[in-house]
Amino acid sequence: MNKIVEKEYFSDKVIRLVVENPKIARSRKAGNFVILKIGEKGERFPLTIADADPLKGTITLVVQIVGVSSAKLAALEVGESITDLVGPLGKPTDIELKGTILACGGGVGVAPLLPIVEAFKKAGNKVVSVIAARSRDLIILEDEIRRWSDDVIVMTDDGSYGKQGLITVGMEEVIQREKIDECIVIGPAIMMKFAALTTKKYAIPTQASLNSIMVDGTGMCGACRVTVGGKTKFTCVDGPEFDAHEINFDEMLMRLGGYRSEEVVANNKYIQK
Amino acid sequence: MSLDPEYLKNERSQEWRAALRSKIKNKERTAIQRVHMPEQAPEIRVKYQDREVNLGITAEQAALEASRCMDCVTPTCIEGCPVNINIPKFIKLIENGDVLGAAATLKETNALPAVCGRVCPQEKQCESRCFYLEKMNLPSVSIGHLERFAADFERESGTANIPKTAEPNRIKVATVGSGPAALSFAGDMVKNGYDVTVFEALHEIGGVLKYGIPEFRLPNAIVDFELDNLKKMGVKFETNFIVGRTASFDDLRKEGYKGFFLGSGAGLPRFMDIPGENYNGILSSNEYLTRVNLMGANSENSDTPVILGKRVAVIGGGNTAMDSVRTALRLGADRAMIIYRRSEAEMPARIEEVKHAKEEGVEFMNLCNPLEYFADEKGMVNRMRLNRMGLGEPDASGRRRPVPIDGSEFELDVDLVIVAVGVSPNPLVPSCLPDLKISKWGTIVVEEDKMQSSIEEMFAGGDIVRGGATVILAMGDGRKAAENMHIYLQNKISNSTKVN
Repeated sequence: MNKIVEKEYFSDKVIRLVVENPKIARSRKAGNFVILKIGEKGERFPLTIADADPLKGTITLVVQIVGVSSAKLAALEVGESITDLVGPLGKPTDIELKGTILACGGGVGVAPLLPIVEAFKKAGNKVVSVIAARSRDLIILEDEIRRWSDDVIVMTDDGSYGKQGLITVGMEEVIQREKIDECIVIGPAIMMKFAALTTKKYAIPTQASLNSIMVDGTGMCGACRVTVGGKTKFTCVDGPEFDAHEINFDEMLMRLGGYRSEEVVANNKYIQK
Repeated sequence: MSLDPEYLKNERSQEWRAALRSKIKNKERTAIQRVHMPEQAPEIRVKYQDREVNLGITAEQAALEASRCMDCVTPTCIEGCPVNINIPKFIKLIENGDVLGAAATLKETNALPAVCGRVCPQEKQCESRCFYLEKMNLPSVSIGHLERFAADFERESGTANIPKTAEPNRIKVATVGSGPAALSFAGDMVKNGYDVTVFEALHEIGGVLKYGIPEFRLPNAIVDFELDNLKKMGVKFETNFIVGRTASFDDLRKEGYKGFFLGSGAGLPRFMDIPGENYNGILSSNEYLTRVNLMGANSENSDTPVILGKRVAVIGGGNTAMDSVRTALRLGADRAMIIYRRSEAEMPARIEEVKHAKEEGVEFMNLCNPLEYFADEKGMVNRMRLNRMGLGEPDASGRRRPVPIDGSEFELDVDLVIVAVGVSPNPLVPSCLPDLKISKWGTIVVEEDKMQSSIEEMFAGGDIVRGGATVILAMGDGRKAAENMHIYLQNKISNSTKVN
C-alpha cells in the first residue's frame, strides 16, 4: 500500500509522485484531498489529489518542498512507501454544465486544478485556463491542462515564458473577451485573494480551494478554520472550496503562519541533518 | 447476562462466596477505612506528560479494600455500571486471592477494564450505588481502584486470559470508528462468533483514548495492551480508512458486511464565536490534545509542532479542559488557568481531576467568561478581555445560569488559549448516508433500548448519538448495540432460511 511507482521532478522543488492506493484511486472525485504522514514520528498534512487512475489503482500527488514534511515526502524514491495515507477528504468540486469556466492555477496550484479542469470539460463546459508562476521553470502540467482546455493562457512574473504579468492580467484578458459563467482559482493564498478581487469586479461566481493547516482532516481539530461570509468554517469538512468573494483571505494568510516559528526551527534542524 | 437475577443468585450462592461472607463479620468489614490511591507528588508529576498521577494500589491494599465489600444480596452497584460488570464477584475473587479470576470476570462484560479502572467516573456510577454510601453514609467500596488493580495485575503477570469466543459464524460486521463504543461493540460481537473489522480514519486505533485522554491519566501502552487482547480474540483493525469515503457503505455491503456500528464520535470542536477567536495561538482542546497525545508533539523527534505557552488560558470546566490545562503545565506553562463561567459546584469535570489540577498549581478563574481576544502584529494572541459572572436561576441543565456582572470587565495577558467548551457530532459519516435519521443537533437518532438507527442494519452509539459523554457510557452503548445487532442478524438469517 501507498508505494511510490513513479517520480518526476518538475523542478528541484516541485515533484510529481504516482502512489499506489486502489481504494482512493477509485473513490476520489475532483477537488478531494488526502492526508499524509511520512515516518512514525511524521506530521499529518493535507495535499489535494492531482490525478487518479482507477484501473492502475494509483493517485498522483504534486508536492512543493516548503518544510520538513514536504521535504520528507519529496525524498521518497520509487519503491518506497508513504507511511500513512488517508482519503479522499473534503467536499468534491460541484461539477455541472455551467457554460464557460475560467480555471486559474498558480504555482503548484495547477496540480489540484487539473482534475477540476478535466471534470468541467467532460461535463460539457467550455474551459479557458490561465496558469501562472514566477518563471518558466515553475510552470507545471501545461500539456495536461491544454488537453482539457479550449484555450490556455500562460503567465510568468518575469516574462520568461508565455505572457509577462501576474495571473490577474491573464484573467482580465479572458473576462474582457468572453462571458464567463464561473471561475475556479487554486494557488498561493495571496494569489487567490487578488484573483477573487478581479472576478468580484465583474460579479463572476468564483470558487477558491484552500490549503489550510490541518491535523486530522476529518473535522476533529479545527486548525483549518477560515472565515467565510463572516462565519467560521472548517476547510476540511465544509470545504476545501468556498465562495472566493466571501473568504477572509487576510485572516487565512495570517493563520497559515500560525506555526511559522516552530516550522523554521524544525526546518533548520532537518537541513542540518 | 450480569443483570439477570437468577444468574447473580447462582453466582453468589457458590460455596467459596458463602465461605468468604462468613469469614469476616459485616461489622468488622464496615470498620475498615476506604483505601487511598497513592499518587505521584505534584511537584514531580508536573514535569512529565507521560507519567501517571495515580500509581495504583498494592495487593495488600486491594485485598483489604475487597474485604470491605459485603457481597450484598441485591448488588445495586451493578445497575450503576453501564456495562454491568459482575462487581461483587470480581471483588470477592480479589478478596479470595484469585486476582486473575477477577480480571477474567471484568472481561466478561468489559473489553477495556484497565482503561475503565482509570477514567470512569465511578463516583457517579457503580460507587454511587454502593450499599456503604446509600445505606450507611460511609465512603463506598473503591470499585474503580479494584478494577484497575485486577486489570493491571493480569497485564503485569504476563498471563493475559483471552475471553472465549463462540464458533466463527462467518458473518461480517464493521465498526465505523475505533473509540470506546466501537471497541466494546467489537469485543462482544467477536465473542458471539462474528467476523469483526474495526475501521478507523486516523493512523492509530483507539479514538479518544489515544488522541484525547493524556498519558498522565491513561498511558497509551495500557490502551495498546487492551487492543492486543481484542486482536487475539480475532477482531481485525484497519486504520487510515474512512467508511463512506475510502470505500462506500455499498462497497462494504458488496464485500459481505451485514451489519454496521456507527461510533464515529463527537469530533467537531465548538468555539464561542467571539471577536478575535481565529487568531493564532487559539485552538480547540481537540487540536491541542491531538498534537500532544496522538502526534507526540512535545517530544524531541516528532515532526508535529505545538505552541509551548507560558500564560495559558483554558476555556471550560469539563474533563477535557482539565486534561488540556494540566498538559499545558507539563509542557512548561508558568501560569495555567481554567476560565469557567460558572462556579466550581457546577463544574462537569470529575472531582478527582479538579483536585489533581489544583495540587499541580492550576489557577481556577471561575465565574469568568471570555469576551474578546487581541493579537500582536503577526496575529498571535497576546491578550484577552473577560467579564465576571454571577449565578442566577437554574437553567435547562439544572445548573444555575451564569449572568454577566455589569462593569466587571477586565483583561488578561495570554500567549495560548485552548477552547474546551464542548464538541458537536462529526458530520463526516452521516453526510454519506442520506437516509440516516439525524437530530437537529446532528446526532444519529436511534431506538434507545436497541441502539438501532433508521437504517435497520446500522446501529450507533457513543458521542455520535449522545453528543458528548463519557468513555463508559459509550462502552455501554456498544454492548447494547452488539446484543441487539446479534438478535437482529440471527432473526434475519432464520427468516431468510424459512423463506427459502
